[in-house]
Order: sequence, then C-alpha cells, then structure tokens
Amino acid sequence: MKRLNFPLSVILLVVPCAVLAAFTHYPAVKSLINSFWSMGTRRRPSQFIGLENYQTLLADGTLHQIIWNSTLYAIVTIPAAIALSIGMALLVNAKLPGTALMRLSFFLPTMMPMIAVANIWLFFYAPGIGLISQIFVLFGLQPINFLGSASTSLWSMMAVAVWKEAGLFMIFYLAALQAVPPNLKEAARIEGAGPIRIFFDIVLPLLKPTTVFVAVNALINSFRLIDHVIVMTKGGPNNSSALLLYYIFEVTFGYRDSAYGSTLTVFMVLLLGLMALIQFKILDRKTHYQ
Amino acid sequence: MKYTKTILASAATLFLTPGLALSAELEFFFPVGVNAPAVETIQELTDAWAANNPQHNVKAVYAGNYVETTTKALTAANAGKPPHVAVLLAIDIFTLVDEDVVIPITDVANTAEDQAWLDGFMPGFMRDATLDGEIYGVPFQRSTPVLYYNKDAFREAGLDPDTPPATWDEMIEMGKKLTKKDANGNVTQWGTRIPTLGLGGAWLYGGLVISNGGQLSADNGIDVAIDTPEALGALEFLQKLSAEGVMAPGGISWGDTPKAFVEGNAASIWTSTGNLAFVNDNAEFDWGVGFLPGGKGPGAPVGGGNFYIFKGTSPEEQAAALDFIKFMTAPENAAKWSIATGYVAPRADTWETPVMQEYAARLPQALVARDQIEFANREFATYQRGRVTQFLVEALEAAVGGEADAATALAEAQKSADRVLKAYK
Amino acid sequence: MKGVNRILLVALAPTLAVAWGVPFIYSVWTAIHPEKYSARFTWNAPITFANFLEAWQAAPFALYFVNTVILTLLILVANLILCTLVAYAFVRYRFQASGLLFALIMIQLLITPDILIVENFNTLAKLGLTDTIIGITLPYLTSAFGIFLLRQTFKTVPISLDEAAQVEGASTWRVLWDVYVPLAKPTYLAYALVSISFHWNNFLWPLIVTNSPETRPVTVGLSIFATVESGVEWALVNAATLMTTAPLVVAFLIFQRQFVTNFMRAGIK
Repeated sequence: MKRLNFPLSVILLVVPCAVLAAFTHYPAVKSLINSFWSMGTRRRPSQFIGLENYQTLLADGTLHQIIWNSTLYAIVTIPAAIALSIGMALLVNAKLPGTALMRLSFFLPTMMPMIAVANIWLFFYAPGIGLISQIFVLFGLQPINFLGSASTSLWSMMAVAVWKEAGLFMIFYLAALQAVPPNLKEAARIEGAGPIRIFFDIVLPLLKPTTVFVAVNALINSFRLIDHVIVMTKGGPNNSSALLLYYIFEVTFGYRDSAYGSTLTVFMVLLLGLMALIQFKILDRKTHYQ
Repeated sequence: MKYTKTILASAATLFLTPGLALSAELEFFFPVGVNAPAVETIQELTDAWAANNPQHNVKAVYAGNYVETTTKALTAANAGKPPHVAVLLAIDIFTLVDEDVVIPITDVANTAEDQAWLDGFMPGFMRDATLDGEIYGVPFQRSTPVLYYNKDAFREAGLDPDTPPATWDEMIEMGKKLTKKDANGNVTQWGTRIPTLGLGGAWLYGGLVISNGGQLSADNGIDVAIDTPEALGALEFLQKLSAEGVMAPGGISWGDTPKAFVEGNAASIWTSTGNLAFVNDNAEFDWGVGFLPGGKGPGAPVGGGNFYIFKGTSPEEQAAALDFIKFMTAPENAAKWSIATGYVAPRADTWETPVMQEYAARLPQALVARDQIEFANREFATYQRGRVTQFLVEALEAAVGGEADAATALAEAQKSADRVLKAYK
Repeated sequence: MKGVNRILLVALAPTLAVAWGVPFIYSVWTAIHPEKYSARFTWNAPITFANFLEAWQAAPFALYFVNTVILTLLILVANLILCTLVAYAFVRYRFQASGLLFALIMIQLLITPDILIVENFNTLAKLGLTDTIIGITLPYLTSAFGIFLLRQTFKTVPISLDEAAQVEGASTWRVLWDVYVPLAKPTYLAYALVSISFHWNNFLWPLIVTNSPETRPVTVGLSIFATVESGVEWALVNAATLMTTAPLVVAFLIFQRQFVTNFMRAGIK
C-alpha cells in the first residue's frame, strides 16, 4: 500500500465524501442544532428554546402511539417476509410444474414502485365495493373496513409491505439455495434424514448469512418506506397506521414545523444508531463463535 | 438553464422597470396537475388577459395540488422570488399572513369602484377571505358539499324522488327504507354515506355543526369551539347513523365515496360539487342533488381557493395582478371557468350571464350548490392549520371508530387546539 | 409419503402463485375494462385499451419518464465514478484515520438520506435547488453501499497484478482503469441494477423536492394523477399504474437471471 498524497486524496476522497457528508452527516448534526429552536414564521421568528422540543416529544401521545406502530410493523413484517420468502424460494427451487409462473407472480410486486402497489391495494381493499369485500360477501362473510378501522389499518399496511418485499428476498434465498452443495443433502439423505430434518439441520444454517443480509435490509426498509401510508391512509384513522418517518414528513411539511421535525429526526437517528449497535454486537458474537 | 433565465429576467426587470413603468411580467401559481381539463380553460383565460394587455405578460405555473402549490409559493417567497399572484386554499389565509407573504387586496384595490367590485362577491365566500378586518383573498374556485341521491333507489323504496331528506331525522327515517340487505344479512345498499375520515371528513363535519347552529372556528383563526353542544350533537348524529344501521360502521373514506354511489353501494352520499362531472358520467341511474340535510336548519361549509397577491413585488406588478384577478372574476370568464370545472361561481353577476343560465338549465344540480351558499359558513381553519385540524380529525376518527366517546374526543381536541393557539392570543 | 408430499406441493404451488398474483390481476382487470366494470366482475365484460390512451393523454407521463430516466442515470453515473474513487483509495492507499473515515461513510447505510428529509430539504432550499432534477439526485450521488461493494471487490484483486502494472510504468489512473475496473464488472452490474430499481421507484424525496411537471419523476406524477380528490376513475388510475410500472418490470424480467448471478458473484450472500 502506498501513502496517499494530498492532491490525489482530494480527488479520491475529499470530493466524494464531501457530497456524502453534506447530505448525511451535516443534516444529522443540523437536526440536532435546530431541535433547540422553536418553529418560526416570518411574523414570529424562531427562538432558542433549549430542550423544550424534547419535553414536547416526551409528552407527545401521538408519538408514543407511532413508536408502538413502528415497532409492531417491524416485528411483524420482517419475520413474515423472511418466512414467506424462504417458503417461496423452496417452492420455486423444487422444480415443480408451473415454476416460471410462480416465480413471476412472486417477483412482480418487487419490481413495482411502492406507490403503484399502494394504488392497486387501495382499490383492492375498498370496503363494500373492492375485490376483497366482494369475495367476503360471496362466502357470506361480513366485509371488513380494512383501511377505515383503527384495529385493521396497520395490519393492512403490513400486508402490502410483505406482499411487495417477499419476492425480492426470495431472489436472494433462491441464489443461496442454489449454492447449497447437493452432496451435503445427499449425504444426509443416505443417513436417513427426512426432508424436514434436512431443511432445518443443513439448509437453514447455510441460509444464515442471507438471512442476516435480508433482515438488515428489511429493517431499514421498515423505517424508510412510507409511500403506502401516504397514499392509502395518511396515517389514519386516529394515527393507527402512522409510522415514524410519516410523522416526521407530516410534522415538517404538513404542519410546517421543521423544528419539531428536526427533533423527531434526532430521535429516529438515535434509534437507528442504537439498533446498529445491537446488530453489531450480535454479528460480532457470531464471528467469534465461528 | 432555467435558473439562468430567471436571473436574466430579474436583471432585465431591474434595469428596464423605470423606463416602462406600466409593464409587468406576472408569475401566476395555479393549483392543478398539468393537462387536467381545467388547465385548458385557465390557460385560455390567462392568454386572453395577456392579449388584452399587451404591455403585460403572465406566465401560469401549474404546481400540482393545493398543498404543493402553497409549499412552492412559500419556498419561492422565502427565496425572495415570490409569485405575483396565486390561487391557494381559502383556509391557508392564516399561514400566508403568519408567513407575511401576502398583501391585503385593498392595498391595491383602493378606489370606490374597487370597493363596489369586492362587494359583488357572495358574503358566504368573503368571510374566509378576510382576517382582522382586512381582505386578503378574492374568491375564485369555490366549492361546497351537497347531497347526491339515487332517485331510482328512492322510487324503489317508495319515497318521493323529488324530495330528498332535509333534516337529520328524515335522513335516518328515509335511510332505513333505503338500506337493503342480502340473504346473509350483509348490507348491499346503505341508506347514506358521509365520509368521516381525514380532512374531507372534517370538512363535512364542519357542515353538520353549522347546520346545528355552531361554528368550529372563529374568524380570527385563534378561537375554536370544538367542545360545544352543537358540535357534540353533530358528532352524535354521525354515530347514530351507524347505530341505526343507515350508514356503514367505522371510518368512511372520502376517495371511495363517489364510486360507492355510482356502484349503488350507497343510496345517497355527501360530497363536493367537484364530483358532479364524475357522477354525471358514471351513474347508470336517475340521480339528483339536494341541500345537505341539517340539524336545526340548512347549513354547509364552503371550501376551495382564493386569489392572493404576494408581497415583495413592485406596485406596478401588484396593480397588474389586481387587474388580472378582476379579469378572471369578470362575469363571462368566471362563467366559463365554472362551467368547465363545476366550481361554484362566487359572484351573483356571473350567474346572470346567458351562458351560465343556459348551463343551469342543462345541469340544474349546479344551482343547488349556489342556493346553499346562503346557509354556508367558513370551513374550520386556524393558525397552524395543519396541526390544529389534525386534532379535529383525530377526534372524529376516534369517535366514529368507537375508540372514544364523542364528548371525550371533542374535549380532548379542544384542549389540544387551545394549547397550540395560546401563543397567538 | 413422499408422493403425497409431492402432490400437495404440486397443488400448493399454483394456488399460492395465483393468490399472490390476485391484486395484480385485479389491477389488470380494472385497467382493461370500462370504468363501470372496475368493481363488477362479469365474464363477458368488454375489453378496452382506451383507459391506457386516456391516462397517457391526461397527464404528461412521457415527460415524467424522461425525468425519471435522467435522474436515475445521473445518480448511477455519479455513483459508479465516485464510489470507485473512494473504494480505490481505501484499498490501495494508506492514510491517517482511514478506519474512522470508513466507519463514518458506512453510517450512510443505516442513516440513509431518505430519513433526513427535513434538513436536506432546507439545504436544497438554501442552494436554490428545490424543484430541480439535480436537487433530487444530490443526496444520493455518493453511496456507502456502492463504496462497500467495490471495496470488497477491489480487495480481491491480487496485489501482484497491481505491482506488475506499476513496474510497467502505469499511472495511478491506468492501474485503476486497466486492472481494478475490469475485474469488478459483475459488481458494477449488480450495483447498477440495485441503484436503478431503487431510484426509479423512489417516491418520498422527489415528492418533497419537486412541484412542477418539468422535474417530476414517474412515481410522483402517478401519485398526483391518482389523487382521489374529485371522483377519480379506478380504470384510469390502474391503467396509469400499470403503464408507469411496465418498463422496469419488463426490464427486470429480462435481466432476472443476471440479477441473481451478479449478486452471487458480487459476494452478497
């Protein structure tokens, strides 16, 4: 390795990293600074208010509900998407008739923008007139007001997210499955292991690195992706389907309160940092173990 | 490229303005997606004004929906390049004044003739154009919700198809006759459908309160009256509609409502006059329009957008902007706009034009909206509108969804709103 | 026993495939029938493509597509260049605090620009770049993910190759261009696929930044078209939805296999 001289470092590092920092590190720090100021309009300029925004944050009942929503959303959608995608990958990998169709059907939602997916599901869910309602009525069931009821709206959002994401994860698992050495399975079979034993004892451990990768991705997406909330429920009814980033978006651009928006951003960055730390610890332990 | 042009344009204005004191290059922000049918008409009118005033020029900027247009106008104003004139939500008057970006219309419209022109607007549309005694907005694309009802369904239920319900009691009474169930007990046709979710729900709820003798927010944008008996009565009426089986239980979305009507899923709906065209195109049955049934009498909210003139532009430009607004609201032009879009023309003289009379004869439903304005009042609006309205929305959604009782939900909203608005008192 | 399982699987697979496809099939149904059939299912409903035509004419989708292509390509090109430079520096050069710098860069994997919308919008407003395509791309020009992938790949380049090139008198840039870049081709391809699909489908940030048709990407254009404020026709919305989605779906169906193999080769397992 050579020593990096200054002119070269400007081109190789300083310029690219400055662009990155300007829209990642700078806004994170700026959020922290702005969180100590009040919301400002031209008639009532922003003032330094110390920790008042954080007091508001602690007492904000809407935020508490949203933290619960976001947590539930993550702990349901991530395992559900992973389990479904493993199942899909196994099915597609089983070389059954109709595999091409299956692959297409699973993969299609992944390639669509979330906004398009949300449009489709909006009509799909429409109470009384949408397709699901019609199917329910056909079987003599009471139609469900999926998006209009606080008890079902978040779950309806989760279904949309899982539908969209599982296909992508399937692709990764499919790749991993195809890399499982066939002789390993063969050996197990000769020793008398059934297909279920083979899956849990041999295949699943080999899928672990994929699962880590997929889980991290799914976690980031569960925070990042709120397009369907904007289109389908706007967080309602009564905040039952609002997620953290949606709330930041609403507070900043709907309520025009970028000071509190910054405060919420700081909270979210800390939360993500904490999760990164936990993840790092887990991964670290894993490597020691191996 | 675009940026360079703007710089050149502003440089040119800077140097040339003293020489051509009466010419202005107006930028006009208009809230509509491009290529919507409305754009054609607005462009036509804009071009006509420019042709009449060769010393001026005007560039219409189609900036998407209301929220986007307001954001764009505020961002531009904060960057020192405000539009000269824009059509923005009437209820955003508080935000625009708080951000100090608009001027009172009377700053430029200050002659007796101007005053007479301003007096020509329907009073029902002027209340929310005024703040602290100053007129900031000129009504342009205004709307109001009405009752749409399925005349065939009325006939089938043995009701008079020309007498829609006028009171809340009649709504329930007729609604029961209009509600149909299948063999499994599932409702196939609801008696009525009033959207209760989101901002649309809050708008209609405001109408219920007005008809019950109340008013959710005061003209000053600071005082709210959410936990009043009138407001409570209105919310309990919404709950009663579901309890009596006349309306679907739980939250009802705004967006699906016209579709539910044309699909026969609801025998009557409450929605904006903006949906007249959709219903007219898609309903396969005989339908009519009526006043919103009221609690103590007729009552409705108004909605839609007003013209605003922005600060930070030259007096010549502001004078030109006023002339532009006068042109757009002149009887023939306002008639053209109203017919093309379904918005309620806000001046009596517009309704007297021959084209408008011919239109009203062809689509008498449009007249209902005009006549209802007499009983209409302003929509819920305050300073920090986005945040405060959300309190109202949450109260409605919680009460309609059965998570909170009406009185508690409204008291909670009142408390939250007061807390935020305290700073403005 | 095994036979029974197999039969069950054979029956289960198509059922699952169809069930998974129902929302999409419903969308297709709605898009290719007149509006009045969008919630009514009769087998002999007339099929029409008028909805696609009407939707195409009702909003400037062609312009939206052009904007999306420009923004996606701008980001891709910038990413490929900038990430290559950074990764090259980390693999080939020694400098102070390189570990710390790398950790700082990797923060972007988790704290993505997508969640820093508040201050990033303020920055754009200060720069006067709101409502520009450049403004949409700025936060994404350098990607930590790209740097990470390329660094992993460059590390596998045998140092002997590098040294041999130097002995022959090749400059820093020649070594990068002739030795490292060719060996990282699968990584570039895999990264390109991910980047394109991400930015083609991105919605929230462009929604915040843009407010005129000259800058709006397809996703934002679609959301504005589908805003259900005044009686939107389901048939039109679905036609527009499918229309705007089609190019990427078709492209990825074609490249599906490359997508998988490149990911494998790039070492994302």
